[in-house]
Amino acid sequence: MLETALKGSRKYWGLVFFLLSIIGVGFIFYLQQFFYGLGITGMSRDVSWGLYIGQFTFLVGVAAAAVMVVLPYYLHNYKKYGRISVLAEFLAIPSVIMCMLFIFVDMGQPLRVLNVLLHPTPSSVMFFDMLVLSGYLFWNILVGWTILGAERKGIPPPSWIKPIIYIAIAWAPSIHIVTAFLYAGLPGRHFWLTAILAAKFLASAFASGPALIIILCLIVRKFTKFDPGKEAIQTLGKTITYTMIINVMFLGFEVFTSFYSTIPGHMHPFDYLYVGLDGYTKLVPMMWLSSILAVIALVLLLNPNWRKNERTLAVASVAVFFSLWIDKGFGLIIGGFVPNMFERVFEYWPTIPEAFITLGVWAVGFLILTILYKIATTVKEEVVYDKYGEKQVKI
Amino acid sequence: MSINRRQFLKIAGISTIVGLGGTTAVDLLQRNWLEAAQYSPNPKALTAKRWAMVVDVSKLKTEDDYKKIMDACHREHNVPDLGNPKDEIKWIWKETYEHAFPGQEHEYLAEGIKHKPFLVLCNHCDNPSCVRVCPTKATFKRKDGIVMMDMHRCIGCRFCMAACPFGARSFNWKDPRPFIKEENKEFPARMRGVVEKCTFCYERLAKGLKPACVEASNGALVFGDLKDPESEARKILRLNYTIRRKSELGTQPSVYYIIGGNDHA
Repeated sequence: MLETALKGSRKYWGLVFFLLSIIGVGFIFYLQQFFYGLGITGMSRDVSWGLYIGQFTFLVGVAAAAVMVVLPYYLHNYKKYGRISVLAEFLAIPSVIMCMLFIFVDMGQPLRVLNVLLHPTPSSVMFFDMLVLSGYLFWNILVGWTILGAERKGIPPPSWIKPIIYIAIAWAPSIHIVTAFLYAGLPGRHFWLTAILAAKFLASAFASGPALIIILCLIVRKFTKFDPGKEAIQTLGKTITYTMIINVMFLGFEVFTSFYSTIPGHMHPFDYLYVGLDGYTKLVPMMWLSSILAVIALVLLLNPNWRKNERTLAVASVAVFFSLWIDKGFGLIIGGFVPNMFERVFEYWPTIPEAFITLGVWAVGFLILTILYKIATTVKEEVVYDKYGEKQVKI
Repeated sequence: MSINRRQFLKIAGISTIVGLGGTTAVDLLQRNWLEAAQYSPNPKALTAKRWAMVVDVSKLKTEDDYKKIMDACHREHNVPDLGNPKDEIKWIWKETYEHAFPGQEHEYLAEGIKHKPFLVLCNHCDNPSCVRVCPTKATFKRKDGIVMMDMHRCIGCRFCMAACPFGARSFNWKDPRPFIKEENKEFPARMRGVVEKCTFCYERLAKGLKPACVEASNGALVFGDLKDPESEARKILRLNYTIRRKSELGTQPSVYYIIGGNDHA
């Protein structure tokens, strides 16, 4: 099937080369980081994780979110998702790859990364995170490829793939739960030391991921003959409505516990993020932007007429995605480090090389996504009717 | 039975995977602590079942008292002076009471304590969260309680820095060598991209010497074996009211502080 990625329109190649050029720029900055050290980033002794680990955390969620499509389809036989299950799986693949790359670019000694395998340490959550992430990547490649291959040949998928699909479904939440455990078990980091963290991670994953799938479905429909289906998109819209409500509620729970108990260690990170602490306010505009986007998204999603209109649904999806990207890809990590262990505020802001390396990794992800989606849509365009006999191609 | 090439490759591939998985499983079952081996232990080496330190703050009076201690450590261990708080590397340094013991301070605290600097360093916890989270065992606890760093194994993921509630760990954000004033050739300098911290002068203990900070402290820092009731550290702990940093977190720090001005043996 890979050959279908080698034949494409001008626009396709334009996108591929555009992404390659961003990857190139990111790679040059990475070389600089490689030879100088992580000192070229904004990270410091006090805020020792930053944008990279934030992106990793956010993208684990996007990867896990494929289950929001795959589960209703395979476990509840929700036929409308039949067409887009491969799109969801093919989103999980670049997401996990980006996760791995973000971990890699965050390493102080990247050439020693295999020490994690050479000296496996089951007491470290990072060891398990590596296991679940690689497992999830493998299952998704296997399932996505097999299902799409069968569809292309017009035959039902082989029976051995069924148990693997079930494993992949059960596996999906695990990658995000384990990622939450990276943070939720650390003594002294009050912002992270909360049992609700894993639940919060899942809620934000199951909102931001499907929001991105909606956006991708709309793009695919615009630029290819393949139609993901109006109803599938609408159902995803309902999913992000509920999960976004849960997100806002979880944030509210945290705020209540912190500010009703008035325990300083629990209030300080929230103070820092939303109003500033000791006069330091670098993150405040970002966090309020995230909140405003969340409100906009909820207003658009909760009104059924707006949700049913694909234009407003698209705006809502973009708002959900960026709201949660700021909240998790940025605020969550920095809030754990500010104030520091001495109750002092030391602020963090990414540097230009750090931003370009981040952009480069995203470009790698989008390049893989573009290629996988090119393959998927080409196959879908050839197969005019989906397996339920409905036309899956626009005329 | 004859097999074709395809079958052969399949069997070979599966056997390789199983083989690699097998060795990993054996590694996993190994116990989770390590100790650096010495070929011929020095008979004069200082040994203990559980090393600990007591900081008697009342004995530290002048700026110079602090400086001597910090300089002794940082010179001995090639700790660079990077000159900015972002990249800073420190093994032992000063914090005021409210920052060393956050949550313990109050408005009406005695002036003498409020502005008094406290020496802080790695607590060599009995239940160290940094060791628990390290994905490569690059930081590990020795049998004598010292929480050690293997700078050659560290991958620089900084999970330990997130896990340490005492901010005791520093990361080499860039090559530290140009920032070392006079290099001590007896102790290795670090490279960029690894985490470092106080090691209770394991290298001096092995030679029968007390930690550099203790030696430079004029009796303000006392080092000893917690498991030995007759050790100097235990005697002081018996006679004085001592506190530890953030003991409520359960990491069991091994550095104790005497706040008040009691005379002790």
